[in-house]
Amino acid sequence: MAADPATIAMNPTPSNPRDVLLRVDGLKKTYSAQGRDVEAVRDLTFELVRGELTCIVGPSGSGKTTLLRCISGLLEPTSGSVVLDGAPVKGPPRGMAVVFQEYGRSLFAWMTVRQNVELPLKVQKMSKSERTRLVDQSLESVGLAHSADSYPWQLSGGMQQRVAIARALAYQPQLLLMDEPFASVDAQTRADLEDLVLRVRHQFDVTVLLVTHDIDESIYLSDRVVVLSSPPSTVREELEIPLPRRRDQVTTKELPEFAHLRAHVFRLIKRESGAETPDAHDSSSLATAGEL
Amino acid sequence: MSLLRTIAYAVTLPLLLILAWWLLTINSTNFFVPRPGPLASTFVDTWFSERFTTDVVPSLTRFAIGVTLAIVLGIASGLVIGTFSWVRRFCEPLLEFFRAVPPPVLVPVFLVVLGASDTMKVAVIVSGAVWPVLLNTVEGVRSVDSVLSDTCRSYRVHGAARFRHLVLRSASPQIMAGVRQALSIGLILMVISEMFASSSGLGFTIIQFQRSFAVDAMWSGILVLGLIGVLLSFLFHLVERRVLSWYHSQREVQRGR
Repeated sequence: MAADPATIAMNPTPSNPRDVLLRVDGLKKTYSAQGRDVEAVRDLTFELVRGELTCIVGPSGSGKTTLLRCISGLLEPTSGSVVLDGAPVKGPPRGMAVVFQEYGRSLFAWMTVRQNVELPLKVQKMSKSERTRLVDQSLESVGLAHSADSYPWQLSGGMQQRVAIARALAYQPQLLLMDEPFASVDAQTRADLEDLVLRVRHQFDVTVLLVTHDIDESIYLSDRVVVLSSPPSTVREELEIPLPRRRDQVTTKELPEFAHLRAHVFRLIKRESGAETPDAHDSSSLATAGEL
Repeated sequence: MSLLRTIAYAVTLPLLLILAWWLLTINSTNFFVPRPGPLASTFVDTWFSERFTTDVVPSLTRFAIGVTLAIVLGIASGLVIGTFSWVRRFCEPLLEFFRAVPPPVLVPVFLVVLGASDTMKVAVIVSGAVWPVLLNTVEGVRSVDSVLSDTCRSYRVHGAARFRHLVLRSASPQIMAGVRQALSIGLILMVISEMFASSSGLGFTIIQFQRSFAVDAMWSGILVLGLIGVLLSFLFHLVERRVLSWYHSQREVQRGR
């Protein structure tokens, strides 16, 4: 099964070769803690192409979450800029939806699944019929139509994360941000959720930025992978993933290209974790990065 | 069946104690020691009469107004103090001071300022019952989960909607704990405020009975207060079950896992 060039070059961008949705330019974030400055993100510049799924992968503690919080407008960068579709991000913009790692803490325990998905739409004063349509559609697409009236804590971890994904989809974002979304679920659920994301991103025609420490996951899901250096983060390398757009947990991962890309990213990260940061904390992150 | 069992559990110990009391006082001639039979008939004679409207109803009305005001005030100011850290730092020393002042000592103060009026009694109840609600609300607001807070921000749920859907609901377990304390403090202060300067109410009547050596009637008044306490706690549980059903069920699920 070879890469199908027709499906790879699918972005219909006749005039502009790269139809950029998000541009991160010279992003830097320094925390001040007890009079000491800690540099989490040093200098990050990259672009997200509309319609693509991009993964940011890096050793643990490489400022991935900080980066995502800056992009989503939850955290103000020390310097640099984030521009979504031409508009600088100053606070959380309407065009972004975030799926957090801690699914159990990002859902309202006092609301049913339906109410959780509906709340952001309700606040926007969207009409009742439109809300119902969007909520039903997104719950259907994540396979939770039958659980609409359950409470989040009645569901398994994987199902709770599906609710969070449904909420993000119903919000109709241009860009879906996911912060280690599958780090807290078991392996089988994780594979299911990965395939779910691949399916719904086409169905809802949404650009996705997903942060992960899992190299296999990043290659399996992405059109493009951004590899971060060890902290303070910079972009170590940005690579396109020329795998067929139709991914499959078994056959895609059997492809020689997959193994090749995996090995390449693995070496990059191993070099990052090993050579430049000799302290104990980062050798543990090497173990995490190489766990799969 | 389970309802019957619940009731059986609830009444067995009181019935046993009444039986023991009856046996111990069966030959008692001590004027100050009440006996169950006469006390019961005194209870009925004293309280199932116009006294219910002249004393019990006014007391309960003051209590209801006072506690309601305390809850509303406590939640409202607790939300403000808990949300803005500068307000909290600004108010904290003063809050600690007022909380430390035992509310009964404020009765003479309010008496001077407001006179022997219903307003004075309500003010006493509010001044004592507001603190547990306020301080618990502040704690509840401060412990709102950071991920949920980020979720609200990124989905642009802010202002009134954020208060209603996030802050108030996540603080509700603590708020309810505060309300429960406010109820018992309110009841105590209702009685105390009526003992000082009043012409009606349960506290007033009980003192009157005591001064006129109507021992059985005095005890029956205490019985009324106890029964009001039981009724309040029952009502509180009904409300709490409704408001916090998500909280209790969630905890049961987590414990079961």
